[in-house]
Amino acid sequence: MAIAPRRRLGSRWGLGALLLALTAWLCWTVVTSPNLEWEVIGSYLFAEPVLSGVGVTLLLTVATLVLGLLIGMLLALMRQSGNPVLSAAYAAYIWFFRGTPLLVQLVFWFNLALLFPRIGIGIPGTSLGWYGEANNLITPFVAALFGLALHEGAYMAEIIRGGFLAVPRGQVDAALMIGMTPGQAARRIVVPQAVRVILPALGNQFILILKGTSMVSVIGGGDLLTRAQQIYGQNYQVIALLVVASLWYLALVSLASIGQHYLERSLR
Amino acid sequence: MKGALSVRGLHKSYGGTPVLRGVDLDVAPGEVVCFLGPSGGGKSTLLRCVAHLEQPDAGLVAVDDEVVGYEPRAGRLVESSPKRLAMTRRRMGMVFQQFNLFAHLTALENVMLGPVTVLRRDREAVRERSMELLGRVGLAAHAGKRPAQLSGGQQQRVAIARALAMDPSVLLFDEPTSALDPELVGEVLGVMRDLAGQGMTMLVVTHEVGFAVEVGDTVVFLDGGVIEEQGPAKQVLRSPASERTAAFLAHVL
Ligand SMILES: Nc1ncnc2c1ncn2[C@@H]1O[C@H](COP(=O)(O)OP(=O)(O)O)[C@@H](O)[C@H]1O
Ligand SMILES: [Mg+2]
Repeated sequence: MAIAPRRRLGSRWGLGALLLALTAWLCWTVVTSPNLEWEVIGSYLFAEPVLSGVGVTLLLTVATLVLGLLIGMLLALMRQSGNPVLSAAYAAYIWFFRGTPLLVQLVFWFNLALLFPRIGIGIPGTSLGWYGEANNLITPFVAALFGLALHEGAYMAEIIRGGFLAVPRGQVDAALMIGMTPGQAARRIVVPQAVRVILPALGNQFILILKGTSMVSVIGGGDLLTRAQQIYGQNYQVIALLVVASLWYLALVSLASIGQHYLERSLR
Repeated sequence: MKGALSVRGLHKSYGGTPVLRGVDLDVAPGEVVCFLGPSGGGKSTLLRCVAHLEQPDAGLVAVDDEVVGYEPRAGRLVESSPKRLAMTRRRMGMVFQQFNLFAHLTALENVMLGPVTVLRRDREAVRERSMELLGRVGLAAHAGKRPAQLSGGQQQRVAIARALAMDPSVLLFDEPTSALDPELVGEVLGVMRDLAGQGMTMLVVTHEVGFAVEVGDTVVFLDGGVIEEQGPAKQVLRSPASERTAAFLAHVL
């Protein structure tokens, strides 16, 4: 007897059409809303303050990624050292910086001057060294970078550690048995395999950081959202400027996603 | 002498539990020694201590008359530097139960890596020799594949080629066929039989009693961290002197 497949096509098309219609209606309502002023959006999309905000957002994102990676590597090494004090320090760091909201950390760094009015480096008990007024040193940008990087370091540490844990111990045994030193085994066998696990996760972190930088607007970090807020603080075009900012975030995240896609493909 | 291995008074404990309790062994060049014994008897630990993947608590291992992991200095044996230990390890090759091929490299790259990066030999010459070795284990056609694209039996044969590429004096096998589907066991044992025929010194932990009878010169029965019985393969396997050996053999045969 012939076997006939169950017919699913009909209902699938129906659902799809319904969804499409709903989406189209939603878009239409939003786009044609008299309260959404497209000329305003258009005039601010490439305005100088907005572009400088985009620049700061990108700079913060890249700097946070790099600093976070460095902090994360240092932390992962501490954890792997086998030294109980370093291990405990690792655990405490992760506990604190993952356990408190980024927003709180940013505000804290910005207000560090309240805790330490003068900061600097020098040799205790002597006049040697260099000190400065905290209020002058910790600009909103510096506070933003510190806050983001220290917070990110905690996540990076766990990602890096996970990457190394994903390489089975047998890989090292095999490397040693073809006459490699432990250092060679680490460089030639463990690191390349760990990196293949870590890199895709870094792509995700990049996108998370990119959007996370918007939080520095609470301390006037000069990023894209800070600029948008400054502008609508004067002309009251709140929605228009939020749309401007969102369009930029969407564009940047889309670019990052495409980069991530190609990166992952080249690793396979 | 090249291909000779000796073990003296090997002891190893994990967290106070003794796993090896004084193992002595002499392997002549070209000899094939098969290790049998119950799970947990210390067979893997013995091979890993021989290779110094684990540092023994006491006892010495020598390959080609070179002590593994220590060097004589001013009348005493001093722990070797990592570099020196790595040099000594080149005299041994190991084949693992889980193959442990380098996952990010192709079969050919796995075989070439040691000679190129450790021995610093000419890459083109190494490539030629590695292809020849892959041919010997019947895998010339799979040189460009990653381990994940190969069957277990194929991976294990690449692992054997990788070990051979370093021109070792002694090969250590830790249950090389235990992780394989039954129909793939034969192809790996076949390669090992060829190696034995070519005069390679081999220490083989295995549950393949048939292989031990046919290829093994000596059988060592390891139980509770000591050598319970050892002797010519056919003699130990057909008429064991120890009751524990007899009981174990009755169980696996
Ligand atoms: N790294 C280790 N840490 C703790 N115990 C171990 C370790 N390796 C082996 N052992 C223990 O040593 C004993 C012997 O193990 P093993 O040498 O693997 O035996 P076999 O290979 O004969 O089955 C087992 O009881 C095992 O649990
Ligand atoms: Mg074992």
